[in-house]
Amino acid sequence: MKPIESDKVQQALDSYLNKEVYVHLETTNGAYANHLDKNAYTVGAYIRNAKVTYTKAKILGDGNSYRVGLKMELGWIYAEGLTDWTIYQENQLLLAGHDREGRLMVALEISETPFE
Amino acid sequence: MVIFPHPDDEAFGAAGSVAKFRAEGVPVTYLCGTLGQMGRNMGNPTFANRESLPEIRKKELKRACATLDMELKMLGYRDKTIEFEDKQEVADHLRSLLEEIEPSLVITHYPGYAVHPDHNSLGAAAVQAVEDMDPDKRPKVWAQAFSNDHELKLGPPHIENDVHDYFDKKLQTILSHDSQVAGMFGWFKNMDDLDDQVKKEMIENYSTERFYLWNFDDNKQN
Repeated sequence: MKPIESDKVQQALDSYLNKEVYVHLETTNGAYANHLDKNAYTVGAYIRNAKVTYTKAKILGDGNSYRVGLKMELGWIYAEGLTDWTIYQENQLLLAGHDREGRLMVALEISETPFE
Repeated sequence: MVIFPHPDDEAFGAAGSVAKFRAEGVPVTYLCGTLGQMGRNMGNPTFANRESLPEIRKKELKRACATLDMELKMLGYRDKTIEFEDKQEVADHLRSLLEEIEPSLVITHYPGYAVHPDHNSLGAAAVQAVEDMDPDKRPKVWAQAFSNDHELKLGPPHIENDVHDYFDKKLQTILSHDSQVAGMFGWFKNMDDLDDQVKKEMIENYSTERFYLWNFDDNKQN
């Protein structure tokens, strides 16, 4: 993946507007967070292949870290802390936030076909 | 037979013991539960992403097994989800492989004392699978525990395998999992740069592999 170029990501987000798409949304601080530091909490969540349609999409941020909001008829999809992006296998937009050691902390992915 | 859920569990947990068994001519098979699809290490610097990670880890797993010269069977579960599968179904799946391969020993995680939910649940299913076998045909089970409270609750491990002689093999196996050797394990890549004292401590830490011998009479699972 490469550092987010917000205009290109905005274009990619727009390309899925009003289409039925599959979304992978995830955040994690690792299964060992509490094992390695008893003051830390092990927290994570993911949803894979949620089938949604969004009508508005925006990427915003300060040049290092970005937020994405997708507005749907009945709600929102939101991710914060995104740093990198790529187009994977031609039709999948992958966005992720990595820590300084390259570990994934958050991911938002959109595809017109289901993720494997 | 080694039964762990993730590519690299075998490397950190049992590579020295496996290398020792292989050197003695004992055949070893790794039943690897998942492809570690949900791992957060993407290489450092990152070269994997969430979607490419499974194929990358599959290649790394095959390389690790080739390094240790052990057979590999991938069980096809999904990372982080084993505890939500039906435990008996997983146990039956494992038992069919146990009956086919007939190992004399199974190495797995100690249910409840292995930190990651996949470790605990696959370990529980493995113990269940062996328990479901004809008692005369059961292999021994070595269970690995590493939760912070394990020694307090379980006492000292029964088996302390000295694998100093196989440290290089173990290191090579760990390094096969290139995408995962970051973060806290990053220093494996830079061993030559380490201070001699640090290097010595690291070799010491990874040169004893500890297991509990599972007692089927005392350890009835629910």
